Amino acid sequence: MNNLHDKVALITGSARGQGAAEARLFASRGAKVVITDVLDEEGKAVAAEIGDAAHYIHLDVTDENSWAAAVKETVERFGKLNVLVNNAGIVQIKPLVESSVADYMKVIEINQLGVFLGMRTVAGPMKEAGGGSIINISSIDGLIGMSGGTAYCASKFAVRGMTKVAAMELGPDNIRVNSIHPGGIHTPMITQTGMDDSAMNDIFGKVPLGRVGQPEEMATLAAYLASDDSSYSTGSEFIADGGLTAGFSLEG
Amino acid sequence: MGALDGKVALITGAARGQGAAEARLFVERGAKVMLTDVLDEEGKAVAAEIGDSAAYMHLDVTSEQGWKEVVAATVAKFGKLNVLINNAGIITAPKEVHETSLEDYRKVIDINQIGVFLGMREVVEPMKKDGNSSIVNIASIDGLIGMYGASAYCASKFAVRGMTKVAALELGKYGIRVNSLHPGGVQTKILGDLGISEDQADGAFKSTPLGRIAKSEEMATLAAYLASDDASYSTGSEFVADGGLTAGFALEG
Repeated sequence: MNNLHDKVALITGSARGQGAAEARLFASRGAKVVITDVLDEEGKAVAAEIGDAAHYIHLDVTDENSWAAAVKETVERFGKLNVLVNNAGIVQIKPLVESSVADYMKVIEINQLGVFLGMRTVAGPMKEAGGGSIINISSIDGLIGMSGGTAYCASKFAVRGMTKVAAMELGPDNIRVNSIHPGGIHTPMITQTGMDDSAMNDIFGKVPLGRVGQPEEMATLAAYLASDDSSYSTGSEFIADGGLTAGFSLEG
Repeated sequence: MGALDGKVALITGAARGQGAAEARLFVERGAKVMLTDVLDEEGKAVAAEIGDSAAYMHLDVTSEQGWKEVVAATVAKFGKLNVLINNAGIITAPKEVHETSLEDYRKVIDINQIGVFLGMREVVEPMKKDGNSSIVNIASIDGLIGMYGASAYCASKFAVRGMTKVAALELGKYGIRVNSLHPGGVQTKILGDLGISEDQADGAFKSTPLGRIAKSEEMATLAAYLASDDASYSTGSEFVADGGLTAGFALEG
């Protein structure tokens, strides 16, 4: 199943976790992939493992110049750019009353301004390519609240909102823009908060599907949105959360 | 290898429009498909055109007995049942709420809503046995926003959206995923039934972000995604394919 032929995808935060899973899957389905991250060593290793279809570029998503350079290099290397996965993000668990402006802005800069800059920078090349697909990785925390996640939720709700505006503005150029909302996924972002496997399973084992999600299960959704199979979808939320946001149960 | 290898799908309202497009695409991607409809002649023709991987059976989705027979026959013919596309639906001519007869209202609810309820209920046993199943309920953007003159249609589609979430909560433990699909404007017979021409329909959707009406095949690809193992961590959610119609409204022309 090679439905990503003719796609050239730039994926942010793809040195590990969901981004790396996306890079691997996209390449296996026929795409050329530009892996970007601030973790150069890990990013280069993923690109090397994938082979000729992949290329690594250092990209700090908060830096306008860094974006311009990465997009330019992508087009030079692979001839065009028609898929962007805005995947880079950080999480921070801190109660509202203990959050400094610096804490708050750090999350907003990476998770929210990074997406804004990414969408803005790729719009031109995507129009030139005859269209494209922008996939913004939000979160279930862009749909519901999470205690201790003031900045994270703000950034993820913002991504969800910007996705809709961009969909309206870029639709005439045949650029589709959608958001993905993962639930609890087994990635370094979660494990780095100090949550071990059993703690993760305690929390996410209660969802209807009864288990934590794997990065590969987000990659398949991103691949769907990157492909022409999703040709009539733009401006919408695509959720893969094991049923976490489906509702609550009065019974155990 | 197709993304739907090993899948046996029952599709309602599959004689034409989105249902027929789904049947064709699903088989192309490796599935076996039981097409059902009340339009027997058209349904049989689509099944015959697809070939051995497809079969047709009459099913009035409002009939409990009809559901039981179709589910049993599907399992008997193809060995299992692990995908259900609740696609059958009707829309009636626009009528403001105070002009809508109870009879008209009930007719829409019976087919669009009760039909989905019965379908989900009847497939649980075979799907439990399979342990890796997917129910896709075709709602509409009218299950997300209102549509003038469509009290019954919107009620039924919002109900489908709600039932989808409850079924997802209840059936997750059996390995059954349940999601709703929300098409926007799609060029199908349902619009023709309302006396809307293709040109009129296309014109009505010019102002959406993608600037056009959808083809049935563009809904089939989304249904195929949800039916496949690619969607293994999605349940209880809305999947929208509306060309951006519900994304927002524009202050500029």
